[in-house]
Amino acid sequence: MSYTDASTTAASLGLCTCHVCGLLSRYDGNATSAHCPRCNARIHLRRQHSIKQCWALLIAAYILYIPANLMIIMETGSLISYRKDTILSGVVHLWQTGSMFIAAIVFVASIVVPLFKLIALSYLLISVQRRSKRYMHKRSQLYRLIELVGRWSMLDIYVVTLLAALVQLQSFALVKAGPGAIAFGAVVVLTMFASMKFEPRLIWDPLQPKPLKES
Amino acid sequence: MTEQHKQLVACHECDLLLREINLKSGHTAACPRCGASLYRKTTESLSRTLAICLAAALFFLIANIYPILGIESRGNGNATNLYGAVSSLWDQEMHFISVLVFVTAIIIPALELSLLIYLLLPLRLGLVPPGLALIMRFLQNIKPWGMVEVFMLGILVALVKLTDNFSIIPGVALWSFGGVTFLMAAVATTFNPRDVWARLNWHYKQKEQA
Repeated sequence: MSYTDASTTAASLGLCTCHVCGLLSRYDGNATSAHCPRCNARIHLRRQHSIKQCWALLIAAYILYIPANLMIIMETGSLISYRKDTILSGVVHLWQTGSMFIAAIVFVASIVVPLFKLIALSYLLISVQRRSKRYMHKRSQLYRLIELVGRWSMLDIYVVTLLAALVQLQSFALVKAGPGAIAFGAVVVLTMFASMKFEPRLIWDPLQPKPLKES
Repeated sequence: MTEQHKQLVACHECDLLLREINLKSGHTAACPRCGASLYRKTTESLSRTLAICLAAALFFLIANIYPILGIESRGNGNATNLYGAVSSLWDQEMHFISVLVFVTAIIIPALELSLLIYLLLPLRLGLVPPGLALIMRFLQNIKPWGMVEVFMLGILVALVKLTDNFSIIPGVALWSFGGVTFLMAAVATTFNPRDVWARLNWHYKQKEQA
């Protein structure tokens, strides 16, 4: 790629890129009526109300993160044993029964990834609101990482679904999904929406000499 | 659109204005400022994606009809396919989880595959399917919610958890899901939306000339 200028953004020239088809077109200044001339998608210089909506979703996710980790996600009953597991105790149980590799995968997907997403998105939002000019490239990379790993948190939901559906052998062996699974599923969905709402172009906007009117 | 703008693109992640360059096939252009991938040059991306989509759709069908796993222990046994698992969760009053799994593991992948086939088959024959732009937009919006590969890993974790207490009977759908995972990943790397828009531009030009 070649620079047109060291730091000219499309927005500073009143140009707007379509997030669906990538076409660059002149922005008419009206946030409610601007459409891409090629694919007719709604276009905007920056996502509308990105910071507000992202915070709202994120705070909701923080709140639900507590029951997601404290409440029972799965009940397992058999003739010889009965146990109730939270996410963490499930991982510990896996580790103790010798499936260390699988335990590590579940630990990363269910505990590390959601926590990482919450903290990283909060950091991105705060740094954007403070119009920070530090680590811009690193923060762009961080955003891409969030988008990449977020979906893997769904792992535990699928595991619980399969186990609860399969292990239904009357009095013999039974697995039930617990209320923690609902909270955990909600955390995954909320953080995914939050990272979709975040506007990565805001990271670089502090480099512009005059701030954008619209955002 | 003026000629002058034709060569310009903006990075979708940092909005830097850039002049488009010609790429060698298989290469990806990245933003020099933030490092986001901007566009790729592919050969025959539409035909190849269509072929992979058709194969994936076949595997996906099999994966949804047949049982994924069966368990057996001292004469007691049970087996389930994907929809069976979803409806079983619904019956256990876990409606939110049930819907979440139904949407992310069945509905979205099915929509993705069928809409891509609907788009690519006519394009391959030199026609523009009605609603192309709308469907491209829709596909982009639903993409993050299709989680076949995560589901595949979920099957494997469930399998490990079950081996302690039960003997496992792997179902046909287990292998098919492996196939779907692989083929969906291939779709994601092969499909180049830029080629669809280039085709659309070409059709518009043909129309103007006629």
